[in-house]
Amino acid sequence: MMTEQQTPQQRKDEEQRLQEVIAQRTQRSAGLWRRETAVALIPLVLVIGYAIIYPFEAVYTTLREIPGIGDFFPTPGSAVIIIVFTMMAIGLNVVVGYAGLLDLGYVAFYAAGAYMAGWLASQHFEQVTFHFWSPGINPELPGIHINLWIVLLLAGIFTAVVGIVIGLPTLRLRGDYLAIVTLGFGEIVPQFVRNGDNFKGFDLTSGSFGITPIDPPGFGDGLGDGSGGLLPVNFQRSFDAEQLYYWAALGLLLFTVFCCWRLRDSRLGRAWIAIREDETAAAAMGIPLMRTKTWSYAIGAFFGGIAGAYYASFKSGAFPSDFYFNISIFLLCMVILGGMGSIWGVIIAGTILGWLNIEGLGVIGNYLNDWFFEPVTGSRIEVPKYQFGIYGIIIVTMMLFRPTGLIPERRRKLEMEEGVHDEPAMGERAVNR
Amino acid sequence: MADLLVAEAVRKEFGGLVAVNDVDFVVPEQGIVSLIGPNGAGKTTFFNMLTGVYKVTSGEIHFAGERVTNKPPHAITERGVGRTFQNIRLFQQMSTIENVLVGMHSRLKGGILQSVLRTPKLRREERDAFDRARELLRFSGLRGRDNELSSNLSYGDQRRLEVARALATEPKLLLLDEPTAGMNPQETADFTAFVGRLRDERGLTVLLIEHDMKVVMGVSDRVTVLDYGEKIAEGPPSEIQKNERVIEAYLGKAAVEGASA
Repeated sequence: MMTEQQTPQQRKDEEQRLQEVIAQRTQRSAGLWRRETAVALIPLVLVIGYAIIYPFEAVYTTLREIPGIGDFFPTPGSAVIIIVFTMMAIGLNVVVGYAGLLDLGYVAFYAAGAYMAGWLASQHFEQVTFHFWSPGINPELPGIHINLWIVLLLAGIFTAVVGIVIGLPTLRLRGDYLAIVTLGFGEIVPQFVRNGDNFKGFDLTSGSFGITPIDPPGFGDGLGDGSGGLLPVNFQRSFDAEQLYYWAALGLLLFTVFCCWRLRDSRLGRAWIAIREDETAAAAMGIPLMRTKTWSYAIGAFFGGIAGAYYASFKSGAFPSDFYFNISIFLLCMVILGGMGSIWGVIIAGTILGWLNIEGLGVIGNYLNDWFFEPVTGSRIEVPKYQFGIYGIIIVTMMLFRPTGLIPERRRKLEMEEGVHDEPAMGERAVNR
Repeated sequence: MADLLVAEAVRKEFGGLVAVNDVDFVVPEQGIVSLIGPNGAGKTTFFNMLTGVYKVTSGEIHFAGERVTNKPPHAITERGVGRTFQNIRLFQQMSTIENVLVGMHSRLKGGILQSVLRTPKLRREERDAFDRARELLRFSGLRGRDNELSSNLSYGDQRRLEVARALATEPKLLLLDEPTAGMNPQETADFTAFVGRLRDERGLTVLLIEHDMKVVMGVSDRVTVLDYGEKIAEGPPSEIQKNERVIEAYLGKAAVEGASA
């Protein structure tokens, strides 16, 4: 092609690489593996390996004692929360990153999942006593007590249905309008649970008190004792509860990543990306817009629901005050920061932002206070108080210097660069169109 | 020959403006029919109603004996209407082969669970789809460019890819909206031959919007002329060329009077 001669070598290389990546991906989706794909798996294996051994006391205490940077390693308990939020971000990524639908109300799905755990694994419905494979809980205890592993699945399905119900009226809207309506739903759900303690005398949500305590995960007496203690009867009563919660969360995260990966390279994934790129053309190619978008909502919601239910079980409660609009934005920040559509990016951004939120800001604040504020001004400031200001700065900085995110999805990268590099965009690209 | 597409008194109003005014229109099976007319005559609007992008204000559209009036675009595509766009609308950040695969959407079955589990059945389906997509690219003259980003293709090739993508929907009727716009004479000639092959080799029926009279007169069995949303003439190319109202629509009244004087 004529334009290739004009293109700087660098750009040519980059495009070549990009094409290889896409080629690889399309081949992968056809089930044709290449040796390079296997090599590309090495970092994945290393990261997962590290993540698995992290909560062993010997590992993380050693890491936490490294002078200077030790404080940057979270405790396993904090890590659970980081993982849960990352999982939600990956679910949101299906909606925002793949299908290109701006959803500002994702917190609604988190709430739906959490309350599902509250309903099916606590003493909330004391009118009934129903136990199913409950993890070492006194069978006399009133309320519905279904094993949390089953509850997670039910919560995912229930939340997916909520997603479909919310999606059907709203997904006809495009762009900004969709964002505003989802914002509304994100506000409606917490209000609903806050006021849901009296439906003609029936207490559905316990209002602002929330539902607590919620059963921990576990394998119950039969499996627990049967496996000789290998499978814990009940996480909470186990000596290393935090580690167990951590590993289970990690397992759920890996499950989410795996599903999203496979879906991206499927018929449905192609349809999502097609819709993101050009809705009209996608419809003309036989893609049912409503159905495909609703599926992205349902699948995004599914993982949000599982994460919500698991988190509710981890902290043993679901409270309406947990489901603020901030969380939707926080999750969206993870997706944007990581690179919309890029699973690796979202994992990394989710880890960083999640860590900042839980421990990081405090740690950084201490450093700042020790090295700067106290010696210079003589007083300490409370850095975590400024968290949303700090996230704002991060996002603005990212948008200015790396608008495609930390690890851009390859396609997105191209999309954005066409707008950034003015000259080639005018010189070669425009002609090519 | 049976009529594949029948449009009866199709009308489209945008507010007070009548874009398409009660047009009757028929496309016979295995024919190549062209729709011509000056800019703003309502050709593309008419196309958009046939493909479900716009809803008709009134009138009926039947395709292959089935009423498709105001059905959503994907439902019409599923029944066998493929189309290209006047201003190219490829999925720019997808490779050429992915574009074609998107076109196959309604012909593939892979569901969510199957995709996540990647069952043998799904693998087979995907592999077959890739083979078919490659075959279509070859047929459309894009051999060996499977993995190129569609935005990197030359203009003519992007047009070809749009056709390949439309063919992937396995249409009975292919709608081409100004496919040779912006092409040089050589590309245009190639494309005209390509349209002929679509009918002869693939047994397709083609409905063409076109400005290039050489193309229109060369391949069409029949030509319909729209002007200000109304059908002003219809017939074989040789007749249309001589039709006074058509010449008037294109060149203005003065030119016609000047010529006959």
